[in-house]
Amino acid sequence: MSEDASEAVELLRIPVELDYTYSAGQSASRFLRAIAEGRLLGQRCPVDGKVYFPTRGSCPQHGVPTAGDPVELPDRGCIVTYSIVRVPSENIPLELPYIAVQVLLDGADTVLMHVLGESSLEDVHMGMRVQAVWRPRGEWTTSIGNILYFKPTGEPDAPYDSYREHI
Amino acid sequence: MREAAIVAFAQSASLRREMDRNEVEILIPVIHELRTSAGLGNEDIDFVCSGSSDYLAGQSFAFVAGLDAVGAWPPVCESHVEMDGAFALYEAWVKIQTGSADLALVYGFGKPSMGDLPITMALQLDPYTQTPLWPDAVSMAALQARMCMEGGVCSEAEMAARAVRDRRNAKQNPKAQLKGDFEVEALLAEPHLVSPLRRHDCAPISDGAAALIIASAERARQICQRPAWIRGFEHICEPQDLGVRDLLRSRSTELAAQHAGANRGKIDVAELAAPFTHQEILVERALGLGDEVSVNPSGGALAGNPLMAVGLARIGEAAARISSGEADRAVAHATSGPCLQQNLICVLEGD
Repeated sequence: MSEDASEAVELLRIPVELDYTYSAGQSASRFLRAIAEGRLLGQRCPVDGKVYFPTRGSCPQHGVPTAGDPVELPDRGCIVTYSIVRVPSENIPLELPYIAVQVLLDGADTVLMHVLGESSLEDVHMGMRVQAVWRPRGEWTTSIGNILYFKPTGEPDAPYDSYREHI
Repeated sequence: MREAAIVAFAQSASLRREMDRNEVEILIPVIHELRTSAGLGNEDIDFVCSGSSDYLAGQSFAFVAGLDAVGAWPPVCESHVEMDGAFALYEAWVKIQTGSADLALVYGFGKPSMGDLPITMALQLDPYTQTPLWPDAVSMAALQARMCMEGGVCSEAEMAARAVRDRRNAKQNPKAQLKGDFEVEALLAEPHLVSPLRRHDCAPISDGAAALIIASAERARQICQRPAWIRGFEHICEPQDLGVRDLLRSRSTELAAQHAGANRGKIDVAELAAPFTHQEILVERALGLGDEVSVNPSGGALAGNPLMAVGLARIGEAAARISSGEADRAVAHATSGPCLQQNLICVLEGD
């Protein structure tokens, strides 16, 4: 470093390293333990009965604790919206381009973000019926990554009114 | 000045470590209890203000998740301070003064057990000349305590007496973390943690949350039989660098108390958020508290120290004693920054 007092100090390296012991929380833990068994859990708002997916401790709309047993949801639903991704991201190992989708599981009132597989870029559309493709059972962990992707079921499209509220 | 009052208060227990609940899950039942006890729905609340720290959570924008506990429908008018909830209350009070709100929900929450708190606190120091040395918060307080002892402010026995008093008082507080009967002599026989501080001189590390409702005069009377009227409210900040401050007194507490009119009447109760015994003495002296004042009937920060909520909880504890009729006039204190850098004083009175 220069001794010349007229020269500005332009760079200073101050590494900050803080360790945390993080807990996912009661609600997220319940969801993660269930998905390790291949089950998808949501939770109901006691005010209007809407089902949040994944489980959460409170309804963020009404600010009341969610009550009662979790709601088990099927691994199928419809695409509410989608985007074709053509730019790479450091932490997403998928081959480009891929289709990012928002899936509304049957019986849920909030959407799940995932990717669509086994579909061409031309075929994907809003309302398309999809179902989860899971990793082999032996590889299941407490992770949403147990679902590899969603794939089209070939069923008739969901009517627009059934998901318009979630766009 | 527009009259405003604290009309409801709720808090979680202070725990050394919340095992499985996350920050928001600690907050959810507190907000629920608060609103239920005040009989308020979200549509009654004009303004929401919170205090928390992303450094405690270890996640950026972690405070936004706190709104899950509040509910954001109908859309809420909301603000946040990266400080104790007591400073969020100040913002809400100003909002009421300006006439743009009549009733506000204020909360503070933190889960410092997730990280290494004394080290995390080094991030509030000067980033070029102090933080790179990573002085931990206990060591910084110890430097001040040493100066206080050698400067004739207090002795180790007087410091230990604060821990004894606060832990004894905390026996009446089901939310407190450290409580029980202790003797000064026995505490002084304990080894130093960071000389001259012993374990009892330091507030515990606590996870927890607190929340309260502040309302304008018209609304306050509808909600609470005996509102705790805010008759003075001020916070004053000193320089961050310890080297340019007088560490043997808390000048900012003195000034805040003066501006808030703390000594314009008899003080029945004082609730202090000073996290070290010598700092509690400094704040007591700055406020001029005599033996007739009940200091820290809840146990204060030394009995339970949920960072980002502890100051707000002191105001809530003081207000609760006004509302119950136990006290007519109370002073509550909150602090922020290293070694009592910034101090807030709230003066509360009953009808």
